[in-house]
Amino acid sequence: MQLSRDQLLRAYRQMKVIREFEERLHIDIQTGEIAGFTHLYCGQEAVAVGVCEHLSTDDKIVSTHRGHGHCLAKGCDVDGMMAEIWGSRDGLCKGKGGSMHIADVDKGMLGANGIVGAGAPIAVGAGIACKIDGKGHVAITFSGDGACNQGTTFEAMNMAVVTKAACIFVFENNHYSEHTGFEYAVGTNKDIASRAEAFGMKVWRGDGTDFFSVYETMREVLDYVRVPGNGPAAVEFDTERFFGHFEGDPQRYRGPGELDRIRETRDCIKKFRASVTGAGLLTDADIDAVDADVMDAIENAVTKAKAAPRPTPEDVLEDVYISY
Amino acid sequence: MARMMYREAVLSTIAEEMERDPNVVVLGEDVVGGNGTAGGPEAIGGIWSTSAGLWGKFGGDRVIDTPISESAIVGAAAGLALSGKRPVAELMFADFIGVSLDQIWNQIAKFRYMFGGKTKCPAVIRMAWGAGYNAAAQHSQAAHQILTGMPGLKVVMPSTPADVKGLLRTAIRDDDPVIFLEHKALYGVKGEVPDDKDFMIPFGHARLSRAGNDVTIVSTGLLLGFCEAVADKLAAEGIGCDVIDLRTTSPIDEEAILDSVEVTGRLVVVDEAPPRCSLSSDICSMVAEKAFASLKAPPLGVNPPHTPVPFARELETAYLPSIPKIEAAVRKVLSYR
Repeated sequence: MQLSRDQLLRAYRQMKVIREFEERLHIDIQTGEIAGFTHLYCGQEAVAVGVCEHLSTDDKIVSTHRGHGHCLAKGCDVDGMMAEIWGSRDGLCKGKGGSMHIADVDKGMLGANGIVGAGAPIAVGAGIACKIDGKGHVAITFSGDGACNQGTTFEAMNMAVVTKAACIFVFENNHYSEHTGFEYAVGTNKDIASRAEAFGMKVWRGDGTDFFSVYETMREVLDYVRVPGNGPAAVEFDTERFFGHFEGDPQRYRGPGELDRIRETRDCIKKFRASVTGAGLLTDADIDAVDADVMDAIENAVTKAKAAPRPTPEDVLEDVYISY
Repeated sequence: MARMMYREAVLSTIAEEMERDPNVVVLGEDVVGGNGTAGGPEAIGGIWSTSAGLWGKFGGDRVIDTPISESAIVGAAAGLALSGKRPVAELMFADFIGVSLDQIWNQIAKFRYMFGGKTKCPAVIRMAWGAGYNAAAQHSQAAHQILTGMPGLKVVMPSTPADVKGLLRTAIRDDDPVIFLEHKALYGVKGEVPDDKDFMIPFGHARLSRAGNDVTIVSTGLLLGFCEAVADKLAAEGIGCDVIDLRTTSPIDEEAILDSVEVTGRLVVVDEAPPRCSLSSDICSMVAEKAFASLKAPPLGVNPPHTPVPFARELETAYLPSIPKIEAAVRKVLSYR
């Protein structure tokens, strides 16, 4: 199905926001101005956006430690996220969570998660809630090729099948679980989707570096899971991680020229641009205008984050309980 | 008032709350039981009979049998709670928190804080705890000493059927995550329970089950009854004991303990967990910090030893605090000059 001009511009903008948000973080982290551990999603934008462009705020997602892309794609505020990562009181989580714990439950974003594999069971619960409510909403958990080896993911897949939860397991295979290769760590013949299939789920596969592949695949997956009674499904997207596991990772595990090669040939944003301009759907000028707008938005977000009030020692004690 | 068993108080409270609020859902292993068997659903209704009949009354969407997957049970409760439901999840034994600890410790306890106070996680995680059944080291343990130290959780430990009723209702209606610890040796104990379907006991309010001016005994769970027996025996000798049933260990009613110690000057804390980093060490240190001037004797904890729970009858008996052990501790504190 052909996307409208507005849909194409919006999808491109979402991917570009994620890309520039993180390229800027990569710079600001190196200056030491941003504290803590940060895991960048750059390279995988087509997955987050190709999935979330189908969702409403009533659909839930549960994300990972590499969660900025999922959060932005699900509609978390750019300024609020930047302020959170800068640890400011104006941050989306008041500076209490930081990069790994961004959430906006009102938007259906049930949280990034610092524990690899912890999100899948949570998404099953959200998927059971969707099933109970019977309105065709779904819950989606994003997992990497690292999380696919956690027992929690196995428990969650089986529980989703047994309870017929309206739940989708999106596996983003970026070929590295931290610093270890996918071919070593995933025992099932270099494939994640077949695991989900073995748990009794219908599965799909797609090219995670191609927005259109993700988007069209997800349309099929969602058409299936939104039907009451069908239960869960899984999808594996092959994708690329442009940065290290964490910021500061020397990436000695990469092959010679690997990063240059994947940036050149597997960049979902370059591929999108080539595809839509080649087909005459958008012009270079259209895309350049989005680029300029996004760069302004990111610069603006950083300026605001730097100027935002810092949390106070009294804030430590707030938000543990609703009442105690 | 109705007379019912501790386990019946659990079941009837859940049923009443499910009746009142369609968002309340129950999940856990064998909470229905019999699914996928020739016997069919409702073959069990929970191994403690604490969910018997719920499936028939409220249906499979709200009474959910899960596989043996404790991480996924607590995780699913977390996801349900974040999605507007009020899950009451059952871990068959408190010992199984080991399997599901990430979801308890890193997820439900911390959502509200990590997310800047912008969400709530109204999940209740019920579990049967405690020794007395010769169930050995992996089915007899206390868990409160681990869970009470986790910011973000509330921890409830009822000692009577009436307290089950009032505290479980509060737990289900509470917007924070609650760990509800049911002592397995109390399930068959009967007591008077208020009929009022809105009867609630607020958290952090201890109950004074015996009153006296000579010594303060603090406990909860199965051992509370042991403490009451000791207090009754000493009362016949003219020795007065305040017996404080904590009801909840997080929040904890420090005021009730401090007010009592101010009068008695003597404190014994009776705790079913081993002594290190326990409820007894916590309370004794709190009293030493805040009521040192009132103390007439060093505070004393009565705990099992620093060992796993043993199996054989003789060994488990030797392990557990008993009425004679508690009495000896109280007399020791009373005799200190």
